[in-house]
Amino acid sequence: MSATESVRAAMTPSVPESLSASVPGTTDNAPGDDAGLLLPVPDEDGAPFWDHAARGELRVQSCSDCDELRFPPRPCCPHCQSFASHWRRMSGRGRIWSYVLPHPPLLPAYAALPGYNAIVVELAEAPRIRLVGNLVAAPDAPLNSVGPARLRIGAPVKAVFAKLPGGVTVPRWLLERP
Amino acid sequence: MGATLKDATAIAGIGQTPFAKHLPESEKTLACRAIVAALDDAGIAPSEVDAFASYTMEETDEVEIAKAIGAGDVTHFSKVGYGGGGSCATVAHLAAAVATGQASVGVAWRSRKRGSGPRPWKNTRVQLPTPGQWTRPFGLLRPADEIGLLARRYMHEYGATRDHLFNVALACRNRANQNPAAIMYERPLTREMYMTARWISEPLCLFDNCLETDGALACVVVSAERARDCRQRPVYVHSAAQGLPAQHHGMVNYWNDDPLTGPAWTAARHLWKGADLGPQDVDVAQIYDAFTPLIPLSLEGYGFCGRGEGAAFTEGGALEIGGRLPLNTGGGGLSEAYVHGFNLITEGVKQLRGTSTAQVPDAATCLVTAGEGVPTSALLLRS
Ligand SMILES: [Zn+2]
Repeated sequence: MSATESVRAAMTPSVPESLSASVPGTTDNAPGDDAGLLLPVPDEDGAPFWDHAARGELRVQSCSDCDELRFPPRPCCPHCQSFASHWRRMSGRGRIWSYVLPHPPLLPAYAALPGYNAIVVELAEAPRIRLVGNLVAAPDAPLNSVGPARLRIGAPVKAVFAKLPGGVTVPRWLLERP
Repeated sequence: MGATLKDATAIAGIGQTPFAKHLPESEKTLACRAIVAALDDAGIAPSEVDAFASYTMEETDEVEIAKAIGAGDVTHFSKVGYGGGGSCATVAHLAAAVATGQASVGVAWRSRKRGSGPRPWKNTRVQLPTPGQWTRPFGLLRPADEIGLLARRYMHEYGATRDHLFNVALACRNRANQNPAAIMYERPLTREMYMTARWISEPLCLFDNCLETDGALACVVVSAERARDCRQRPVYVHSAAQGLPAQHHGMVNYWNDDPLTGPAWTAARHLWKGADLGPQDVDVAQIYDAFTPLIPLSLEGYGFCGRGEGAAFTEGGALEIGGRLPLNTGGGGLSEAYVHGFNLITEGVKQLRGTSTAQVPDAATCLVTAGEGVPTSALLLRS
């Protein structure tokens, strides 16, 4: 799907809600705290990120010619136009760049987690590489397991990995100083 | 340099339906009503229309519109992407087509039942590998969440407060209270209402978010020469621009070097380059306001103040009538109607005709902008 279609789909009411009630890409009907949370739907460029996450590794795409990191992943290096790339392992350390506390109306699985947070983390080795995620109290803890008062821009965090009921592993973030 | 767009074309007609949470008619019918009204406003027969422009998100295509309204042979049609970022570009594309002889009478429109229809972000069927795979699993679901993240960072970096965002919401609401067509015509807003409102995506509350509206609007673009023979006073397209910055990522623009300078900066550079005027010459502004933080960001981007000064700019009634830059004088997306910013274009035209319900005395130049955050567009209109 093109970027155009992505933005369009993100903003368009083209599919009636009745058609979107039960669809692939969510963990509908799965047990546990994460039931109904959306799962990542990787594209060809992004698939290696999720494969590495499943092995407990946080890796970012790097140009094999000029060594520049890039995120989100893409086929070609915007700095030197090389098509050769590899996935460089990150320390998993970073800082909170920003955060929000979404409130209803929300998709039901997220509405069931009042006070949950969504954060953006800038990576310690590459502050301009920023990942959206969630601050949690433990790798498998729910998205609202850290009180909103603990969220602070600049707070040091470290990556952990959580295996969701659908079998997909996603990075989560813990405070370095809980 | 070849042909220039500067003042070569004009908006000769505008039309709109009522705005409501729910209108019984279809988007197609509403689109036709707005377009027929705009052509009548201009005094141009539908059979003369030979160009159309709208948004990629518009559900009714130009084939349906053309055959319903009785357009003639159409020789230019275009659709612009990125939701509300495309609003001004629809007029810009028509202006370019008319100025270069591809067409002579262009119609731009937007019809949307966002009030009674589904919320786009609830659609989990279209699960967007890029960039949705990097955001939606983490509960960053809605545009309000995506802009809320930017707003939090903006407030952190520059000391902006909720009072600054309230200044934006209040200016729009005050203008809507003067506009009988506005959804919020009879609903004043107070600081207490704002400060105690429920959160939507903290730091954004209910009043930081635009309305959910059914409605349609249209405008007619012709050559400047033709416009002078039409029914209404011409409103010239003085300059126009689109903006997709280098390394931009769409609404979730957290991955470039400087996420707080968005598409507005890119569009503005081109807009002012093509103009005889600068930000200091703008009498009134219609700035895309799906969310209040887009106003300080856009004020900076379009050069009304320096970087980080957009929030402070809103102080002291600057956005009210009589202030430094009267804003969204029909009420905007926050308080008149949210129809992907098209009502900002028509309100700009009303100001320059002298027929706004919140008229800025002697307004001669108006900036109109499209959605900030997404790839955007802008128009500089003059009377
Ligand atoms: Zn390279």
